[in-house]
Amino acid sequence: MNFLNAITLIGNYLFIPGLTYGCQLALGALGVTLIYAILRYSNFAHGETMAFGTMVTIFATWGLQKLGVSLGPLPTALIAMPVGILMTVVLCLVSDRVVYRYHRKQRSDPVIFLIASIGVMFLYNGLIRFVIGPDDQIFTDGERFIITAREFKTLTGLKEGLAFKTTQGITIVVTAVIVAALFWFLNKTRTGKSMRAYSDNEDLALLSGINPDRVVMVAWILTAALATIAGTLYGLDKSFKPFTYLQILLPIFAAAIVGGIGSPVGAIAGGFVIAFSEVAVTFAYRKFVSYLAPESWQPDGLLQLLSTDYKFAVSFSILVIVLLVRPTGIFRGRSI
Amino acid sequence: MSHTLRKILMFGLVAIGFIAVGQLQSWPLSLTILNLCLISAIMSLGVNIQWGYAGLLNVGVMGFAALGGLAGVLVSTQPVPAAWAAGGSGLGLAFLVALVTIGAICWCYFKLGPVVRTLPIIIIGLVGFFAYRYFFDPAVSAIEAVDPATSGNLGGLGMPIILSWLVGGLFAAAAAWAVGKVSLGLRSDYLAIATLGISEIIIAMLKNEDWLTRGVKNMSGLPRPVPYEVDIQKSEYFIKLAEDWGVSIIDLSSILVKLAYAGLFAAVLLILLWLCERALKSPWGRMMRAIRDNETAAEAMGKNVTGRHLQVFILGSAVIGIAGAMLTTLDGQFTPASYQPLRFTFLIWVMVIVGGSGNNWGAILGGFVIWFFWVEAEPVGLWLMDVITSGMADTSPLREHLLKSAAHMRPITMGVVLLLVLRFTPRGLLPETKR
Repeated sequence: MNFLNAITLIGNYLFIPGLTYGCQLALGALGVTLIYAILRYSNFAHGETMAFGTMVTIFATWGLQKLGVSLGPLPTALIAMPVGILMTVVLCLVSDRVVYRYHRKQRSDPVIFLIASIGVMFLYNGLIRFVIGPDDQIFTDGERFIITAREFKTLTGLKEGLAFKTTQGITIVVTAVIVAALFWFLNKTRTGKSMRAYSDNEDLALLSGINPDRVVMVAWILTAALATIAGTLYGLDKSFKPFTYLQILLPIFAAAIVGGIGSPVGAIAGGFVIAFSEVAVTFAYRKFVSYLAPESWQPDGLLQLLSTDYKFAVSFSILVIVLLVRPTGIFRGRSI
Repeated sequence: MSHTLRKILMFGLVAIGFIAVGQLQSWPLSLTILNLCLISAIMSLGVNIQWGYAGLLNVGVMGFAALGGLAGVLVSTQPVPAAWAAGGSGLGLAFLVALVTIGAICWCYFKLGPVVRTLPIIIIGLVGFFAYRYFFDPAVSAIEAVDPATSGNLGGLGMPIILSWLVGGLFAAAAAWAVGKVSLGLRSDYLAIATLGISEIIIAMLKNEDWLTRGVKNMSGLPRPVPYEVDIQKSEYFIKLAEDWGVSIIDLSSILVKLAYAGLFAAVLLILLWLCERALKSPWGRMMRAIRDNETAAEAMGKNVTGRHLQVFILGSAVIGIAGAMLTTLDGQFTPASYQPLRFTFLIWVMVIVGGSGNNWGAILGGFVIWFFWVEAEPVGLWLMDVITSGMADTSPLREHLLKSAAHMRPITMGVVLLLVLRFTPRGLLPETKR
């Protein structure tokens, strides 16, 4: 019984949050990695792109709520998301046309692209704060829980509850669908294949008649969609605050690099590695140990490796270890 | 237009800007902006050393500046003997354990083979971590329990705060050494992301380690290197001077204090500028340019590229640390929550790019111009919004929203400026001179 309680505890506080957070990071890292694979620079504006997509989705959600449209137990944001994706695609394509295309034609150094993306980041940042303000926005509606802790307790008779929030369930399902669709697109369709060819060897791809403008455009569309979905899921699960989207940039980059930057599979793996280690290292194991250990061994501390304020340190340490041991990342992305 | 003429013209325009603010708004405000401009100029000089000389991408300026600020606190505040008595020895033991652990891990890493070393490193790391926490946790709670309302930390050394400028540079240099060792020699983006990470960690540490700097409870009332306004206002000499000049003693005292700060900061800036110019003209500067422009060729000529990069990264970070300590000195307080990446990292980058990377004068000009715009963008943005919305009714929610959001014009303006400069004058306002 104690053993089951301990497992439930871990599931409730470690596995489910880790899985959800991992999905959100994986979607974010996929966007970063796609831009890296096609345009060959680290896009610092990605966090703000996520925030922008979420912001538009929030406005669309509010609009739908005013009209009385709802999805019943599911959050309205799910049907508002296409609007957010559309606007973010427009924003990304306009930014590419106005900013990045010039540098691409000039064949600028990747670092120049990176600095340009910092400029774009400033711009988006101001735009978002200008429109929606810097404060918290909550836009979750519908049923809050798929299963509450109390329901679980009465169902199983265990002392520990297992709460499963609707937003967590949605995050996991949506991520699975999106990732499957993305891989189908990259591996099966003509456009997807041409993108992979372009990422592998630009010159060879150009020689075979692949249109680079089209590849870049599709890359931006995919990135914008991924960013909006990742941002909205993150916003639904936690809450929308523009500043957090700047902060989430570090774990996202860490996930992309840990998995191997430029490799989509790596981005997903990296996202889960970062998320689970963040949650596992900042988890207080006291109760877990108290279930498993005999009476006399009860710990008196919290048994927490690091306080949650240091969660950045976790993604950073993993990043450093990977850079030291295997600079190309787990899945051998583009090397140095 | 020759470079010298361009330089004089640009700095002349900046001077006119300060005079305009002084006349139109107020002189103390103009001097406040000037002081922060001087500090920003030093920070951007530091970034220019890294980016302009060597092409290194440091996105952790905020962290190095905050370390400088930490030095300001640790050097200048009075020690708290009770806290030292309560937890000093425990803390010392904890750090000793940490040092031994790191030493042992390094020994394993360098002395054992690539596969054999993994297990011992993990074991040593875990054991060391728990031993460290065993000493660290009780010591910290003991320290933080000492008079938590006013101190709750160990305090500093009680030395003149000017000394912290040097110490801040050393702190930042030490952090830069650690980051550089790990991420230099890899692709340039990796350094960017590693520095981004270390800066976030430094800020998280400063916010949460209450025993060090009281965390988010802030440290205020740091001692000053210049006289206090109140003392000037009491002095017979200055009261008479104010009467003779026909200004109020309050204005005069505030202007004098700010001028004193400006003098100190300008002295530091000029010394650093002189050193930087000398460095760029020397064979060392020539080598740095060679490495920046063609790493492979420089390496083929026998230059140690990674070694030089590490050196220049440490130097630049030290300059940023100095500026960070100066900022804390000027503020008279240390507030970890005020360190925002947009303001302390990315804004400095805009300064360097706009001013002219690779040119020390350009970096300084960028520091002045961008900080000036950053401060003035808000009143100008507000005024602009007021004009645009003047046709609307006073109670219109759109007008209200636009006026309230005018402050967010700042990042938009900075983004636009950066993108325009990158596109149309990628070499900046004062381009690097061909030597």
